Amino acid sequence: MKIRVFVSLKDGVLDPQGKAVEHALHSLGFKGASDVRISRVVDLHVKADNAEEAKAKGAEMARALLANEVIEDFHVEVAG
Amino acid sequence: MKTGIVVFPGTNRERDMAQAFRVVSGKAPQMLWHQQDNVDGLDLIVLPGGFSFGDYLRSGAMAAHSPIMQAVRRFAEKGGYVLGVCNGFQILTEAQMLPGALLRNAGMRFLSQDCHLKVEGRDSIFTSGWKHGDVFRAPMAHGDGNYTAAPDMLDRLEGEGRVAFRYCTAEGHVKDSDEHVNMNGSARSIAGVLSENRRVCGLMPHPENLTEEILGGTDGLPLFTGIMEALG
Repeated sequence: MKIRVFVSLKDGVLDPQGKAVEHALHSLGFKGASDVRISRVVDLHVKADNAEEAKAKGAEMARALLANEVIEDFHVEVAG
Repeated sequence: MKTGIVVFPGTNRERDMAQAFRVVSGKAPQMLWHQQDNVDGLDLIVLPGGFSFGDYLRSGAMAAHSPIMQAVRRFAEKGGYVLGVCNGFQILTEAQMLPGALLRNAGMRFLSQDCHLKVEGRDSIFTSGWKHGDVFRAPMAHGDGNYTAAPDMLDRLEGEGRVAFRYCTAEGHVKDSDEHVNMNGSARSIAGVLSENRRVCGLMPHPENLTEEILGGTDGLPLFTGIMEALG
């Protein structure tokens, strides 16, 4: 089953990359762009009988390696 | 004192670190490959700088789960001494052997220059070579050195004397919001921290690169003489 793990910095954690991209957007004329945050998406296949099991496996992997819960939040979606 | 230096694919400061220990002890540390899981007989394990596993995913994340880190964790749990410098510090936070995390530098630039550090840690072999409040110069070379931790953890580290080193001016002034002093934007200018039992220490700058006159100075030497005096 294909799942998608979204990893993003927690609210309040500074994102220098997002800031730099925001500045670049402003200089390109996108003056309304704000609160730019860069996240990571990890696509993978897992062996699972149903969506619940697939999501649970994704969450386990996120906690073990894919996300650093000191600074990042994650959520898992079944991609079909 | 028996020292082991861990080498991951992408580690590049292991020889600088070995040379610093050779200068103070006359003995060459043992190199430990990341796939081995036995660290018996050592007094100190050092995780040196570099770009382990190409900094993939997050700096230090892959290395933190390698076989040797299981052994390093058991070694530390039994009271062993562990020092992590630069990428080694990132690995220790990713392995949750030290609190907090190291984010991208606030200014987005890779910083390769000298900085000054103030010695603040208490009751630790990693700071015992200096007097409390001493200031010394150290080279830094990192892209992800912006230390962060939850505010209550930062309070705890400060309250327990576990902030080992802070970025400061040459005169010893700490200026959290001055990008020329706290160059990577670290929370409360923290450059290095100690574990609860004070036997695990991580710091971003490289004292090992200023340990002989031929390198431009010996400002970093007290880190190694302090360790040497404590562990023999």
